[in-house]
Amino acid sequence: MSFRERLQSWRYNLVPDHLIGEILSKRWTDNAIPFLALILVVAGFGSVIPGFFKPASLQDSTRQLGEFSIVVTGLTVVMLGGGIDLSVGSIFALATFSSVAAFFIFDLPVWVAFLAALATGCVFGAINGYLVGFLRLRAFLTTLVTFIIGRAIFDILIVNYGAAVQTSTASSDTWDFIGDGTLGGLSIPVIGAAVIAIFTHIALTRSRIGWHILAVGGSRRSAHNAGIKVKRTIFLTYVFSGLCASTAGFLIACRLSGAGPGTGLNMEILALTAAVVGGNSLGGGRGSVAKGLMGAVIVLVMNNGLIRLGYGTGTNQMVIGIMLAIAVTIDIRWLKNRHKVLNEVYVAPIYLKMGAAQSALPGSGTPFALNNAISQTDYIGLGALEGPEDVILDRDDHLYCGTRHGEIVRFFAPDYRRSEVFAHVGGFPLGLAFDRDGNLLSCVGAMGLYSITPDRVVTRLSAETRRSLTSVQDDARLRDPNDLDIAPDGKVYFTDSTKRFDAHDWALDSIENRATGRLLVYDPKTGATRTLLDGYHYLNGVCMAHDGRSLFVAESWACRVHRYWLEGPKAGTAECVIRDMPGYPDNINRASDGTYWMAWLGMRTPSFDLSLRHPGFRKRMTRRLPQDDWLFPNINTGGVVKFDESGRVLGTLGDLSGRSHPMVTSMREHKGWLFIGGILNNRIGRLKLDGADPRWTGPTSYWGERA
Amino acid sequence: MVAKGRLFGPGAFNQERIVLATAIAIFAVASFALPGFFTAENIVTIVRSVSVLGILSLGMAVVIIGRGIDLSMVAIMAMSVAAYLQLLANGMSDGAALALVLAGVIGIGLLNGFLVAYAEVPALFVTLASASFIFGYVRSQVIGADAVPVPRAHWVASLGSVQFLDIPIEVFIFAALALAMFLFLRFTKWGRFVYYAGDNPVAARNAGMPARPMLVLRYVISAMFAFIAGILTAASLHSMNTRVVNSTLLYDIVLVAVIGGIGLSGGKGGVRNVLIGAALTGVLLNAMTIIDIPLIYQNLIKSTILLAAIIFDGLINPRDEQTAQQGDI
Repeated sequence: MSFRERLQSWRYNLVPDHLIGEILSKRWTDNAIPFLALILVVAGFGSVIPGFFKPASLQDSTRQLGEFSIVVTGLTVVMLGGGIDLSVGSIFALATFSSVAAFFIFDLPVWVAFLAALATGCVFGAINGYLVGFLRLRAFLTTLVTFIIGRAIFDILIVNYGAAVQTSTASSDTWDFIGDGTLGGLSIPVIGAAVIAIFTHIALTRSRIGWHILAVGGSRRSAHNAGIKVKRTIFLTYVFSGLCASTAGFLIACRLSGAGPGTGLNMEILALTAAVVGGNSLGGGRGSVAKGLMGAVIVLVMNNGLIRLGYGTGTNQMVIGIMLAIAVTIDIRWLKNRHKVLNEVYVAPIYLKMGAAQSALPGSGTPFALNNAISQTDYIGLGALEGPEDVILDRDDHLYCGTRHGEIVRFFAPDYRRSEVFAHVGGFPLGLAFDRDGNLLSCVGAMGLYSITPDRVVTRLSAETRRSLTSVQDDARLRDPNDLDIAPDGKVYFTDSTKRFDAHDWALDSIENRATGRLLVYDPKTGATRTLLDGYHYLNGVCMAHDGRSLFVAESWACRVHRYWLEGPKAGTAECVIRDMPGYPDNINRASDGTYWMAWLGMRTPSFDLSLRHPGFRKRMTRRLPQDDWLFPNINTGGVVKFDESGRVLGTLGDLSGRSHPMVTSMREHKGWLFIGGILNNRIGRLKLDGADPRWTGPTSYWGERA
Repeated sequence: MVAKGRLFGPGAFNQERIVLATAIAIFAVASFALPGFFTAENIVTIVRSVSVLGILSLGMAVVIIGRGIDLSMVAIMAMSVAAYLQLLANGMSDGAALALVLAGVIGIGLLNGFLVAYAEVPALFVTLASASFIFGYVRSQVIGADAVPVPRAHWVASLGSVQFLDIPIEVFIFAALALAMFLFLRFTKWGRFVYYAGDNPVAARNAGMPARPMLVLRYVISAMFAFIAGILTAASLHSMNTRVVNSTLLYDIVLVAVIGGIGLSGGKGGVRNVLIGAALTGVLLNAMTIIDIPLIYQNLIKSTILLAAIIFDGLINPRDEQTAQQGDI
């Protein structure tokens, strides 16, 4: 290895570039900017304003913060549902007036005043909700207008009844306690805000209605198609916002014991700025109560700080305007470009040097030499199939395969002309195996390990394993379950090819070549899934050895086959039995003569091998070139390789014409025939094998003669 | 485009005609019922009061037709003129002050347009934020009090008293601007493009229209119209009171546009709709003032009418699920 390559391997294999992409794909990174802003604002004003952190000063500002953040929480919920509520300022003012009027003018008890405030908010919110939700008006303009209407009503009420409030002599200890008192050092508004925030957070993240709100905000049309009552959900968000704003109005009524022309003025733009600055997305679906609270603190500290520092009229509006514009722009740009940034940085290739391969050229005399043996096969399901990754036959000679559409298709013996959808699983069914009772087990790409009984009942067996300690991205979930086989004791050994990419992005994984493939075992007795091997370059096919004491597993992007021992002195360890093949191995299955068939999904090329030793090149390629121009592993030529127990390669069948089976992902021997599948093919091929046992079948080989 | 309805029979009841009929009806009723309504003096007052509102509405209309909205118009109107007058009071030469303020007005228009067109931020948020910023910046950094008087014997002051055939000059300016806007929208290429861009922005862009520069242009136009309206306001009142930013004037502008039949979803309406909307609004406001309804009640009535107009607009121009974008709020 040259010095340059050594440097390359250190640089790309030891520096965890892939973590950048994984961290960026975390939802919590959205919080990073507002959180930083929060720290800066609080620290900035805290150090400039003398006595900012004094308890008395904090006591006063937190009261205000409590009321404000209740309003922001309500607005956040509306925004999560894809709407906006500018009328919070008027609802707040009207609710303040309602409770003040109930208490001072009509001399009613405090709880009635509270109910009066809530009723005001509820009615006002319901009007907004009806207009925006049911009549489907534009949220921004509509609530802007209801805001003016509310404000006009408030102004009229204040002019007519303001004096009556001021001359009233009504008083109550409860009223004063809510306004001035503390409970365990905390003022009532702060406690109220905390309770509402926690309640809302739990409702949003853990209740049906909360999920509905997020779903509607995320995609209105999809939510509607999923059967969610979109209009009612939106209606409820506005009612909730109205209730929040009116609760805050009641609290300020108690604190100030009155309502004036200034009550709730500019509240709408402050609350909107707070919600957006906190990182809640316009248009809905993304955001949280915590973000709203962060935004509330930022805006309020900024607002009060500027006043305390003695800046003149208008400064606040100026700063709020700038903050709103910047926050909205960042939000829009980030939302729009997030996936682009992720695409840019996600693929983080590593250095890999494979050994020189034996030639696969026809006539080269090596056991890998390709011939034209599988270019003439009987086609099954030509044009009716898409993506039969794996094929398998049952005891009655029926043929099964998965398709791109998430179905398991069955072709009927003996001529395999008639077919039916055996079962619909979803995902992309890849590897197939029959267990002792005749259940068909399948590794379903992007979903997990599934079992289908002979009477077509689909059950999920496993979709996750234990999360590894150092993982950033949750690697408990199986992203690309690929192939499986079943041991005599019923345990299911299967592979999950990559932790980094979804099943359909396997080509990206080949370019990155990071070793994240796993071998897992599912124990039907306990229902538990364990990870046996981790850190391989795309673990793919699995095949139980004929004696059931070990299994073979193919490592596609490193062109190797390993033997994993289940019993004996090497139990629990893997050893490499075939290395540096000229092709990329896929599924492995038993052959009738005690050896094994292995599919090659593609062939190594000198150019791609070279690029594997230049991770920087591949990194630049994924960032600068359109996907059509990328260098991929060659999957236009594949083959079927036969090898024995010791890993000695016996011969290779190929299709040099490239017409019938250019890419082979699986093959299954059955009664003297070889059935060939390919994940990108539109047919299954059937080839008569010379000299093969005409009675040998897979189920018999695994589970013996029919009981 | 304005729906082509027949004079009688079905189709005769489009929004434009209903509004026009309502305006005429209110005018007729008010003429009989209200003493002092149907006098030459009062009608001039109506037309005059409508002129400023109408100029602002023309600017708003061109933005709304292009599927946008400009909530910063009143702030630009008040604060640009206030800044101009303050700069004059500070002793800056007329030319320099005018140039500076005009540059600022165009700059704000460009900024609004840039954020909407290139950063793709919803127009409502951009203009809401810029309104807050403009008011805050000028109020805190440039002027010292809420109201700034027009300097004695300045051309703005004398503009207020210019009359032609006993009709104040702003009426003519409004008419000239309306004509110019009509010609622009009807007969120029970019004017036609405004409709296409408002009707289906993506299709307009795919068809090769310079959608983004056009969008920026519309916000610059609305900012310029706001500045002209501000100058005329200062001319008639001899001062510029910046408290107007917090008044409901902005909603009057939207009211004129929406009530006249310029659909908020864009692509519909024209100068005629602005004139009709302005006529109804002007008659209504004048009648309410003559009946002596207090301002706070007027606000309630106006905003309720606006809500009704928006509901009506929503019913006759329902939002299209296919072209409505996620997050289009």
